Amino acid sequence: MYKNILPGIDHVAIWPLISFGIFFVFFIVLLWWVFTADKAFINEMSQKPLQDGSELNHDAEPLNL
Amino acid sequence: MELEKIHYDNKIVKAFIIATVIFGIVGMSVGLLAAIQLFYPVANFDLQYTSFGRIRPLHTNAVIFAFVGNAMFAGVYYSMQRLLKARMFNDSLSWIHFWGWQLIILAAAITLPLGLTTSKEYAELEWPVDIAIALIWVVFGINMIGTIIKRREQHMYVAIWFYIATFVTVAVLHIVNSFEMPVTLFKSYSAYAGVQDALVQWWYGHNAVAFFLTTPFLGIMYYFLPKAANRPVYSYRLSIIHFWSLIFIYIWAGPHHLLYTALPDWAQSLGVVFSIMLIAPSWGGMLNGLFTLRGAWDRVREDAVLKFMVVAVTAYGMATLEGPLLSLKNVNAITHYTDWIVAHVHVGGLGWNGFLIFGMLYWVIPRMWNTKLYSSKLANLHFWIGTLGIVFYALPMYIGGVVQSLMWKEFAADGFLKYQNFLETTTQILPMYMLRATGGALYLTGVFIMTYNLIKTAATGKFIANEEAEVAPMAKVTSTGGYWHHILERKPILFTTLALVAILIGGIIELVPTFLIKSNIPTIASVKPYTPLELHGRDIYIREGCVGCHSQMIRPFRSEVQRYDPKGGEYSKAGEYVYDHPFLWGSKRTGPDLHRTGGKYADSWHFRHMLTPGEVSTGSIMPAYPWLYEQQINKDITASMINALRTVGVPYEEGYEDRANEDLDKQANRIVEGLQLEGLETSSDAEIVALIAYLQRLGTDIKLEKVATNQ
Repeated sequence: MYKNILPGIDHVAIWPLISFGIFFVFFIVLLWWVFTADKAFINEMSQKPLQDGSELNHDAEPLNL
Repeated sequence: MELEKIHYDNKIVKAFIIATVIFGIVGMSVGLLAAIQLFYPVANFDLQYTSFGRIRPLHTNAVIFAFVGNAMFAGVYYSMQRLLKARMFNDSLSWIHFWGWQLIILAAAITLPLGLTTSKEYAELEWPVDIAIALIWVVFGINMIGTIIKRREQHMYVAIWFYIATFVTVAVLHIVNSFEMPVTLFKSYSAYAGVQDALVQWWYGHNAVAFFLTTPFLGIMYYFLPKAANRPVYSYRLSIIHFWSLIFIYIWAGPHHLLYTALPDWAQSLGVVFSIMLIAPSWGGMLNGLFTLRGAWDRVREDAVLKFMVVAVTAYGMATLEGPLLSLKNVNAITHYTDWIVAHVHVGGLGWNGFLIFGMLYWVIPRMWNTKLYSSKLANLHFWIGTLGIVFYALPMYIGGVVQSLMWKEFAADGFLKYQNFLETTTQILPMYMLRATGGALYLTGVFIMTYNLIKTAATGKFIANEEAEVAPMAKVTSTGGYWHHILERKPILFTTLALVAILIGGIIELVPTFLIKSNIPTIASVKPYTPLELHGRDIYIREGCVGCHSQMIRPFRSEVQRYDPKGGEYSKAGEYVYDHPFLWGSKRTGPDLHRTGGKYADSWHFRHMLTPGEVSTGSIMPAYPWLYEQQINKDITASMINALRTVGVPYEEGYEDRANEDLDKQANRIVEGLQLEGLETSSDAEIVALIAYLQRLGTDIKLEKVATNQ
C-alpha cells in the first residue's frame, strides 16, 4: 500500500544522498578541526567557567548545622 | 590592562529559582495525584476539573515548562552572564521574560483543568497561549543574543552554544507544530490532519525533549559541573563534537514515536537509524561529564552537589541508551503504549533534569546569598530519598510494562488471545502502579526537604542582588584568521544561523516529503468527514483527555488485530485519518485501543459505561464522567467548527454550516430514541449523546468500503 509513496516523489533518490553528503562532509571537517585545534586555545576555553571575575565564588563548605 | 567593574544580575536568577521550586512542588504533587488515580479511581473525585484526562497534561506541562523551564532560565541567566562577562542585555527584558513565563504557566493551570486543550502532547495549550509563548520566547532570545553581542569574552564557551541551539530550535518547533485554525477564543483545530499531524507532532514532541529538556541542561552541566568539581571539563574537544553531532542528529529521530503506525515506512526507518546514531554523542557527553570528576571522586562521597550531578549525568546516559534501544522496531513492538515508556521519561525527568536542577540549586544558593549550605546532612538525605524515589518509580513501571505487553500478545493453544479482556492485563499490574506512586511520593518528600534546607540557607546569608566582578574589557580582534571554528565562536549571529541550518536540514528532509505525499496517502473512498454531532463528540473526547489512556492506532500485529478488530481483521490505515484534525493516535494504552470501537458495543453500553465504568466493567480504573449527562452540547459553535475545518481542508460543502445543527439534532434524536427503548432517559442535547455518536463512528468507514466491494 505504501510502496508507491517513495517513487511518487520526484527525484527521490537525491534526498538521502544530499543529506548524507552534508552530514558526512560536516563531520569530517569538524573532526579535522577538533583534532588539529590549538591546544592552548582548547585549554583556555575549558577554563572559562572557572574564571568569572567574582570574589564570591569561593569553595563554600556546608555549615553542617 | 585595566579591569572593569561590572555587576551580575542575581535578582532575576533568584526569581526563576523561587518559581522552579514552587512549580516543582505543584507539578510533582499533581503527578502524584494522577498516579494515585490509576489504582484508586475515587481520587478523580467525580469532578471534571480533577479527572485523570485533564490533570495528566497539567502534570506534564507543569513539570516540563514550569519546573524544568524556570530552572533552565535560572541556570542560563546565572551562567551566561559569567561566561560572557556581561550583565544580561536588558533588565526590563529579563523581567518581561520572567513574568510573561509565569503568566503562561498560570494560563495553563487554568485552561488545562477546564479541558481547553489541543490534545497534542506537550503542546496542549490553546492558540492564544501559543502566541504568548512565541512572544515571550522571542523576548528571551533577544535578551540572550543581546548579552552575547555585548560580551567581554571573545569566544563563546560550549554552554552558550547549547543555549543558542535551544532558543533557535524551540522557536522553530513551537511555531511549526502550532499551526492551527481557531474556532473560538480557546478552541482550535490543527492545520494538519492524520499522518501529517502525527509526524509534525512527534517531530515536535521528540525535539521538545531534545531541545527543552536536554540541550539547555547540557549547557548547564558544562558550566555547573566544572564549577562544582572546581576543575575544567574533561575534554573540551569532545564537547565540541558532542554539541554539533547532538543537534545534527537529534532533529531526525522524531518518527521513532510512530513505529508500526500508519506513518510511511521510510520515515520510520529514518527515525530508527538516527536514534541509534544518537547513542554516540549522548554517551560522549555523559562520559565527558563523568570524567570531569577524575581525581575528585573522593569529594563525591561528601559533597551532595556532586552526588546529585553524578546521578543526573548517569541518568542522562541511561535514558539516552534506553531511548535508542526503544527505537528498534522489535523492541518498540513490545514496549510502545506500555508503562515502560512512562518509566523511560521519568528516568530522564526525575534523574537527569530533576537531579541536575537540585545539584545546581544546592550549589548556587549559598553563593548568591554569600553563605554556606544550611545542612549537608539534609542535602544528603534528599539525595538518598530522591534516588530511592527514582528506583521505586522506574522498576515497577519496567516490570508492569513488560508484563502487560506480554499479556496483550499471548495466544492460547486454541489460537485465540489468552487474555481477551483488556482489563485483565490492567488489573494485573495495579500493584506496580501503587509502588510507582510510592516512588513519586518519596521523590516529592525529598523536594520538600530541599525546600526547607534552601530557605534556611538563604536565611543565614544576605542576598547579593548585584554581584560585583572585575573583568577585562574585550580586546579588539586584530587578526581575522584562525581556524574556521575559531571564527565561528567569535561570531554569534553566524553561529546561530548555522545552528538553525543544522536543525532545519533534518526537519525539512523529514517533513517535506510527508507533506508532498498528501495526494499519495492511499485514499479510502468510503472515509467521510465526521457529522456535526460526531465532531462535538470528538471535541468532548479531546476535552476530557481520553487520548491520554486510549490509542486510536491498531498496529499490524496479529495480536492487535485480533484484539481490536476480531471480525473485520483490519489494522489502522493512513487513509482513515485524513479528516482527523488533530490526530488522536495516542501514545499510551492504560485502556484499550478505540480505533475500531465503533459498532462494537450498543449505545446503551456506552451510556452506562461512561457513568459507572467500575460497575459495567468490574475492576475498571477509568474515571466516571457524570457531567457529560448534565452539560449540553454547545450548538452555538457548530457553524464555526465546520468553517474552521473546511478552511484546513475538510470537504464540507459551502453553506453546510447553516444546516449542520439540523443534522446534529436528527442524529441525536435517533440515539436518544434507541436509548429509550432500553429504558435509558436523556436529553438529545446532552454531551454524552455526542460522545456516543463519535465512539460509534470510530473506525467504521473502512467497513463500509468492504460492504461496497462485496456488493
